[in-house]
This record gives sequence, structure tokens and C-alpha cells, in this order.
Amino acid sequence: MTLELVPARELAFQLYDVLGVEALCQRPPFAEHSRATFDAALETAQRLADDLFRPHNRKADLEEPRIENGKVRLVPEVKAALAAFAEAGFFAAHRHESLGGMQLPWTVAQACATHFHAANVATFSYAFLTIAAANLLEVFAADDLKRLYLKPMAEGRFFGTMALSEPQAGSSLADIRTRATPTPEGFFRIEGGKMWISAGEHELSENIVHLVLARIQGAPAGIKGISLFLVPRFRPDGAFNDVRLAGLNHKMGWRGTVNTVLKLGESGDCRGWLVGPANQGLACMFHMMNEARIVIGLSAAAMAMAGYRLSLDYAKNRPQGRAPDAKDPAQPQMPIIGHTDVKRMLLAQKAAAEGALALGLYCARLVDEQKTAEDESERRDAGLLLDILTPIMKAWSSELGLKANDQAIQIHGGYGYTRDYPVEQLYRDNRLNPIHEGTNGIQSIDLLGRKAVMADGAALKLLLAEFRATAKAAHADLPDYALALGEAIDRIETVTLRLLAGREAHGGPLFLANAWAYLEMLGHTTMAWIWLTQALAARPYADEFGKGKLQACRYVFAWELPKTKALADLLASLDSTTLDMHEAWF
Amino acid sequence: MKVLVAVKRVVDYNVKIRVKSDNTGVETANVKMSMNPFDEIGVEEAVRLKEAGKATEIVAVSMGPQACQETIRTALAMGADRGILVLTDAELQPLAVAKILKVLCDKEQPGLVILGKQAIDDDCNQTGQMLAALLDWPQATFASKLELGVSDARVTREIDGGLETITVTLPAVLTTDLRLNEPRYASLPNIMKAKKKPIDTVDPASLGVDVAPRLSTLKVNEPAKRQAGVKVATVADLVAKLKTEAKVI
Repeated sequence: MTLELVPARELAFQLYDVLGVEALCQRPPFAEHSRATFDAALETAQRLADDLFRPHNRKADLEEPRIENGKVRLVPEVKAALAAFAEAGFFAAHRHESLGGMQLPWTVAQACATHFHAANVATFSYAFLTIAAANLLEVFAADDLKRLYLKPMAEGRFFGTMALSEPQAGSSLADIRTRATPTPEGFFRIEGGKMWISAGEHELSENIVHLVLARIQGAPAGIKGISLFLVPRFRPDGAFNDVRLAGLNHKMGWRGTVNTVLKLGESGDCRGWLVGPANQGLACMFHMMNEARIVIGLSAAAMAMAGYRLSLDYAKNRPQGRAPDAKDPAQPQMPIIGHTDVKRMLLAQKAAAEGALALGLYCARLVDEQKTAEDESERRDAGLLLDILTPIMKAWSSELGLKANDQAIQIHGGYGYTRDYPVEQLYRDNRLNPIHEGTNGIQSIDLLGRKAVMADGAALKLLLAEFRATAKAAHADLPDYALALGEAIDRIETVTLRLLAGREAHGGPLFLANAWAYLEMLGHTTMAWIWLTQALAARPYADEFGKGKLQACRYVFAWELPKTKALADLLASLDSTTLDMHEAWF
Repeated sequence: MKVLVAVKRVVDYNVKIRVKSDNTGVETANVKMSMNPFDEIGVEEAVRLKEAGKATEIVAVSMGPQACQETIRTALAMGADRGILVLTDAELQPLAVAKILKVLCDKEQPGLVILGKQAIDDDCNQTGQMLAALLDWPQATFASKLELGVSDARVTREIDGGLETITVTLPAVLTTDLRLNEPRYASLPNIMKAKKKPIDTVDPASLGVDVAPRLSTLKVNEPAKRQAGVKVATVADLVAKLKTEAKVI
């Protein structure tokens, strides 16, 4: 019997009870769907993940990719799993029927994806990087490029990458140096080097489609001079396109995902085709950023869920010690789940994993709303909510998810610290999520410096209005939580005004100095809100599942939400401790 | 040739079975259900026959409450052409199922009926044999290999002593064993196609079948808890224990 890493019932609860995704079937793009097709897709995803992704998760971690005779060698199970993933149609799950897609709502596609994130994120990454790259091409690429590349990517025959970073330009993409020179034939000659490119070279697919950021000769300095190019490993005529593997990076986790250093145009013959308008490369990338960051947050949530489920199973089956008041050493030991501190760590994981999952699927639902809501103002509101929730989802989910995996190891004790149990790998794999797709520090600056204040605070107001609506809905049945959430919302409003006044008086550096504390405050409050929505949706369930939801909600309101008081005090005081620290004092 | 496959909705193979507190049966409320794995093998075999040009139409039959429609949809998404749902809330025992299938076979005239050798919920292993008797057709049970001819089928059977190969004339009843094939996943495009495939709904009374149980369940209990093992120092100790304690040699 296989332990369910992401329980089907949990996903059904989130999709149907919390988010009401069946209502999406009323809209033209999803008119062919019903709960039955959603369930069938979820079931296929879970089985595929369990049968073909999960079994080689450890093997691919132990046998890191290496170069043999100039080619990247991976364990063979990776190719077999991805071939089955393609065969089942998952590369095109949310795409239009004309591209062989199922036109699945993004919410349901992301729920399917959680099974793969939890089972084997390193192998799944080849697929989701391809899907993300194809999403970008679908929006910005010219028709001839789409014809050549989009369909094979939707079929899983070509894989994709995001080739943005360079050794000297990681978070700071404005400083990239890769050059693009126009040619009379219409393509550009690309020359430069790229760093940290996941899935940059392998033999898993017929072709690799790199999305490369580069500067066109004479372009303005900084981010306004960066353009996006499609650079294939092989050109349409089959010729090698002068994209060379310069080396592999050796990582802490995600070890099954080959991570490469690439040289472009070393022989002067690397061709790239412009995607989107010249000098708008970063804008094109950012168009996809909300979705990409939500995927990262959901990945962290899925791995938190896996660690939670595994440590829960361990705690139920590992006898160790006796109850505090049991003095008889002849009595049998009790399973460690009987110890209250172990239950605390399980509750914390449940709160983090199921809360982040709920928030991630809520965000995915906003993507569907943004694209398909009938009313223009509903689409705009969904976009605003997405804008402000994205940094919270990305940073807070990856923060909580990693902490959850830490607790999963703790519950396993010494065994959890060994490679004989899967939780240490989960922790290493999940450790990437606070770093990539914009570090969590950058997310906090994005949240406070841009999202909370943009359009005169419109996005923040909208988000707090959502929170208040839930508090109001909970007023009759769960009045204590409704009250506590209301107070936390008040704190956010007060603190934000205070920070804005501080910016007027003291300038930007002090305003942003405690951005991380601001993100933490919003993170805790958002989690309390999403847990209250779950508690409300769980009311029809009187069984253990429903009781568990209520108890986890209670945990969040008792243990987590009160932390916002201290954070609010710190923020409102415009504390400058970190800002005032001198490099020489360290 | 038309192929009829029977697909049963059972508690998913991954679910830990729990006995109801009043010992009347097994807990199925809020439990994940899916197609009996042996029946999946049956559907897969039928689809392969169709892909090889040997079968022309595949009819998937399920019996039970409305939710059994999902199990038929799974069969349709794997490649079956249409479904028949025999709708009833009654408890169905193997004999009743065989009788219903008999009536459906009379109506549909398939050249081959494929069933799982048993269902993983009650493990009865009776329906295929009963159906063959009621139809007076040959039966090839526990099949691990099928070579379908025009008027007969060569079937390799898994038996206690090894493998037995027999030939049955068609029409015949086949029950599947695990090694017959590896069932495919229902792909996303095929899940969408399955939506448009027809499912007829009938009830046992309209088929003229009395499904009243002939057996009554007295009590359902959890199996005895497994005792902790012991480590033995030598092979001689092991043999001694097998002789004197376990009394198996």
C-alpha cells in the first residue's frame, strides 16, 4: 500500500468545497468539463506520479547527472517518466484543444501538478519548465515561431528552459552581458554565457528551446535594454545551434535536475529569434512571473505536504516512551504521536502544508478568473489580488514549507537525519524554493515597495476587503476567529499608513528596511484568513477530516496569528537597527 | 467481434480498509473508490484487441449505485466504446452479477466476455465461472496470455503448478490474472473523448433478474493483529522453531 503524499480527498476539498471550481464549467473555455473530468485528470496524475515519478526520486538524487562522452547522463527512469507524462497529455493539460490540450482550468492543472511536485520535483521540473516556457511563447512569440516550437512543446517532444542568469547577474538581471547582433536574415547572432540553467542540456527530448535574455547591440543600459530570444539547441533544419555545455553545477537538492553552465555562440554561429518587442524582454518575463512564482509556492506546499504525511505515518508507528503520568516501565511504549510535542509539530506541518496548498490553489483560481471572468472589473480585481498575493504565496509558502520539512525530520529523530528515510531529501529539495524565482528577500521588497502601495494601495485594499468578507462570514459560527482576523487586518492598515508616513519623512531605505517583517505579518494574516475559509468550508463534514480542519484552524489562530502583534510593533516603530548596522561592525 | 468487459467499483487498492464499528461490513463512506485492478487489466486487454483489429466494439458494464458511472467513464477513457450501467442500490453477490451479465450477453451477443479473476473487495473469484455456466460457454480463467483466433482463443492460464495453455471455442468467458498486461493510464485527451461516449442505464428488474442476496453476512472482523517476529541465531534454530512452534514442517 502506498502512502498518499497529497491525499485525493484534500485536493477534492480544496477544489470543490473551498474554491467551488465546478462553477468554472459554466464558462465557455471550460464548458466541456465537469467534476467527472476534473476527477479523472487528478486520478491519472496521482497514479502517474506514484507509479513512475516517486520510485526513482531517491535514485536520481544519489546518481547526480554527469557528463559522459560529452553528453549529459541521467538515470533512465527520468526519460521514461516524462515520456509517460507526455503520453498522458499533461504537457498540454491547460492548453487549447487546437494544441492537443484538454483546456483544463489552471486551478485543476495546478492541483494535478502537486502530485508530481510531491513525488519527485527534480524529474517534474523538466516538465514544468517546459510548460512555463511554452506559456511565454504562446503570449509573445510570432506565429512562425509558435508553429515551429509551441506544438512540439505542448506534445512534450521539445523541452524548454529559462536562460536568464549569468555568473555576474543572478538576481540583478539588469547586469546581463549576453549580446545579440541583428542579421539581414531576420535572426540575431547570440554570444555570451549563461549560468544556473536547469535542464539546459540533456537527451530527454528531441530539442531544447532556451528562452534567453540578451542585449541587442546599442540597446540602452539597464533593464530597458534587455530583449528575449528563442534559442534552440537544434535549428529547424536540424543543424547544431552552437549552444555548448560548459559545465554542470552540483547542488544540495533538486539533484536529478541537471543544472548547467552554457556557452552561446562560442563558434560565432548561435542563432536567436526575438520573442516579443525589442528591449521588452524583462517585461515579457514578468508577464509570466505571477504564474511561475505561484508554481514555486505550490511546489513548496506539496513538499511540505509530503513531509507532513510521511512524518505523520512515522509518528503513528514508532513506539517510543510512555505518557508523562505512566510510571510503570513494564507497560508497552506508546507511538510517539501520543506525545503532545510531537502533535504540536504535526499540527504546525498540517497548518503550513494545507494552508499553503489552499492559498496556492486560490491564487491559481485567480489566474483563471483573470482570464475567463465575464465581467471586466472582476478580471481586473483578480489581477490586482494576484499581484499582491504572488510575493506572499512565493515567499511565505516556501518559508513555511521548509520549516515544515524541518519538523518532519525532527519527528523522525536520528532516523530523519539519515538517508534511509525520505524526509532529509525533501528538506534539501525544498531548500531551493526560498531562493529561486526571486529570493524571498526580493519578494518582501516587491510586496512592500511595489504591490502594497501600487495604484494608491488598490491591491492591498482589495485583499483586506476579501479578508474582512471572510471574517464577516465567520462571525456567526466562529466569532473568536472572526474578531482576531479583524484585529489583524486593522493592524495591517495602521502599520501600512505608518510606514508610508515614514517614507515621506525619512525616505525609501528606512521604509523598506523592515520589508521582511512586513511580509511575515501579511503572511501570518493571509494564512489565518485562508484557514478560516477552510474552517467555513469544512462545516458540512462532521468526520475526522472536518474536525482536523477546525483544529488546524484553531492552531493557526492560537499559535501563529498573534505573532503579528509583535511584528506590527516593530514595523510601526520604524525601527532602523538593520539599516544602521555598519559593515565594519560585523 | 464485440467484446464485453465487466468493471467493478471497489475501494481503492491504496486505501487502508476499516471495518465498520458495528461489524456489518467495511467502511466505504468518504473512501476513495476506483476500478477493480483485475478489471482494468480486462479493459486493457480488450483495447489491445481492438487496436490489433481483432475486436470491433468494446462494451463496458458496471453494476451498483450511480457512482459506478465514474468507473465506466474510466473504462471509456481507456478505450472502451460504450457503457451499460445496471443501476441498483441492492447488495450484489456474484450469482446476481452473473445472472445480469447473462441477460446482457444474450442481448449484446459478444464474441468474448472479459472479467477480472476476482474483485479486490470481496475476493470471491466466482462471477466469471458462474457466468460461463449460465451461458453454457467455455471459460478460460486466470489468463496471463491471450491469442485470439477467428473461432477460438488460445489462453495461457496461471495455475498452482505453473502455466497451462488451453484452447476455447468462441464465444467464451475469460478472467484476467495480473500478468496478462499492464493497463494504460487514462490520458487527458481520452478523458475528454470519453465524455461523448454513450452510457445506457438499466435496472435489474427491467432485465428480469432477481438480485436478492442468497448469502447473508453474519459478521465482518479485522484480521488478527500480526505478532512481532523473533530473531533466530542459527538456521538450526529456525528449523527447530518451524517444526515445534509453527508446526509447518
